[in-house]
Amino acid sequence: MRENVQILRRDQGVSFPALLLDPPLMDAGDLDRMSSVGVDVQCRGRSGNFVQVDHRVLQAGAAEPGLEVMSTSEALQAYDWLTEYRWRAVSADKDEFTRYAREHARHGYFIRVLPGARINHPLQACLYLGEDGLTQCVHNIVIVEEGAELNIITGCASGPRVGSGAHIGVSEFYVRKGAKLNFTMIHSWAEDVEVRPRTGTFVDAGGTFISNYVCTRPVRHLQMYPVSHLRGEGAVARYQSILVAPPGSRMDVGSRVVLEAPATKSEIIARTITTGGEIISRGHLVGRVPGVKAHLECRGLLLAPEGLIHAVPELEAQAEGVEMSHEAAVGKIAPEEIEYLMARGLSAEAAVSTIVRGFLNVDIPGLPPALRDEIDRAVALSREQGA
Amino acid sequence: MLTLEAFDVVVEDRQILRNIHLSIKPGETHVLFGPNGHGKSTLLNALMGFPRYQVAGHCWFKGLDITSLPVHERARAGIGLMFQRPPTIRGLTMREILKLCAADGVPVEDLAAELRLETFLDRDVNDGFSGGELKRAELLQLLVQRPNLALIDEPESGVDLENIGLIGRAINELLGRREPRPADAECRLKQAQRNAGLIITHTGHILNYVEADVGHVLYEGRLACTGNPREILSFIQKNGYGECVRCLNHQPEERSRVDA
Ligand SMILES: Nc1ncnc2c1ncn2[C@@H]1O[C@H](COP(=O)(O)OP(=O)(O)OP(=O)(O)O)[C@@H](O)[C@H]1O
Ligand SMILES: [Mg+2]
Repeated sequence: MRENVQILRRDQGVSFPALLLDPPLMDAGDLDRMSSVGVDVQCRGRSGNFVQVDHRVLQAGAAEPGLEVMSTSEALQAYDWLTEYRWRAVSADKDEFTRYAREHARHGYFIRVLPGARINHPLQACLYLGEDGLTQCVHNIVIVEEGAELNIITGCASGPRVGSGAHIGVSEFYVRKGAKLNFTMIHSWAEDVEVRPRTGTFVDAGGTFISNYVCTRPVRHLQMYPVSHLRGEGAVARYQSILVAPPGSRMDVGSRVVLEAPATKSEIIARTITTGGEIISRGHLVGRVPGVKAHLECRGLLLAPEGLIHAVPELEAQAEGVEMSHEAAVGKIAPEEIEYLMARGLSAEAAVSTIVRGFLNVDIPGLPPALRDEIDRAVALSREQGA
Repeated sequence: MLTLEAFDVVVEDRQILRNIHLSIKPGETHVLFGPNGHGKSTLLNALMGFPRYQVAGHCWFKGLDITSLPVHERARAGIGLMFQRPPTIRGLTMREILKLCAADGVPVEDLAAELRLETFLDRDVNDGFSGGELKRAELLQLLVQRPNLALIDEPESGVDLENIGLIGRAINELLGRREPRPADAECRLKQAQRNAGLIITHTGHILNYVEADVGHVLYEGRLACTGNPREILSFIQKNGYGECVRCLNHQPEERSRVDA
């Protein structure tokens, strides 16, 4: 596997695109799919890059000082200490998928930012299912050392030839003291793909973890419930997710934050839309010490009568003086809003798209412009089906 | 510009408006008086074409039978509505909605400044706006949209004395009843002079700012009286609606019809 991995540096005058595009390592259809989940196949403006297709790592490298990017298997050989981080934020015995990953994981990314390094450009990682009927299983580890900062954009997708398959991804994130990790993940699978991410994050004192998740494409069954432990004073976690479930898709997605240290804060925001699929939108805040603050907001929009959204917000206060709140609302678009925009000259379709885009308007950096078209497409589709 | 003949409106199986005959000519401004709940907003909403208003009879706009035209096509044909209770649209900013409904070459920022709404452009549409701010935001959208027939629902309710002048000026501009600013004066004057308006008012305060040509009283779903707006207003103020209508009830139904 090692020969597939090229470590690249800007100072060597080598740029990433050569790997993906020249000679092309993937065909145009694959590259399109990658682009649709925010991967810049030319790697413009990226501080680092990691591309794994099925079980094979095609590219791994960093272009800014203070940043390390390699496959996890390679990192385990390079760093003895890494075993300390493996299976710590996620327990290997958590469920059948983590147990499967313990035995079968192949690669995944290892990303580390050295203490104090503030990485300017986002790093991109792509986990890609190229072959039909395959189970891709990865173990990712991200460590942002004390005072360091990093922005990661992860695109996970299946290729045009994939009808069925599975993706199991264990991810363990460590945000050390005063560090900041902004993690955006965009998924685009196929109708018959099963997806089971298993993610745990430890945030130390003064650290900030921001997680954005977007999935607007069909998937047979997506189930995930990432958890953050705010372990040091003043740590912050913020989860934002956008889900659009087309007919035939089941998405059971939540975010959980355990506030274990004084003055920790958290916010969980979910915007879900069904155009015919089923969504369970969960959120769980656990306040373990006095004085922590957290808020949970689940809003869902039904764009098709046969769709279903089940919002399950949970607040658990285990100490006095915990300040936690939640807000959940699920419903159709108010006809008054559509009529209002129509009275300003917008067609019914344009009015609905405008309202839906407004509904989804949460601030997520690095979202590909294609996503906007994607959402319009989903809306148009739901209207056709509704008609 | 607008002609209604034997216009009936039913909402949720309840007949709200009956046998309305009305004609508004280009350049005319009409005002509509009437007690609460007697169907004034219903008339405006039905003219805009919202689907929950079932209508019978006929409705012509610019010579076109629009009785079954969908809302957005009426808007594009040149009808604009100032909502009495506009909804909040989260995630959509004022700037964005103005861009969506702006006619070509409309100076959005200037108009926003005229209505003292510069600082509202990046707020979500109507989100947390005060009563008076809602009125100004509605008018701003209409100014940007430039309709030929402006349907204006209670522009002065909840508006303080200073802002009412602002709103009056905006309505005049909308209806072409004020010297437009020099920039594109000629084209705006020409276009605006033929604009028409239908304004709902309870207090008639707006008449101190906007000169109206014709007044109507809508009573129990019928156009019960038509005439000089100031005379109607002062009669209602002195004698109340009941009296106003009693006097008119002696008159044949056809009195409520003003032929164009
Ligand atoms: N969607 C609806 N369902 C049931 N009744 C309705 C509906 N819309 C309007 N109405 C009724 O129609 C009647 C006329 O309402 P409308 O809003 O036109 O009154 P209005 O003359 O504008 O009153 P106001 O001066 O209070 O604004 C009222 O009794 C109202 O309750
Ligand atoms: Mg009304």
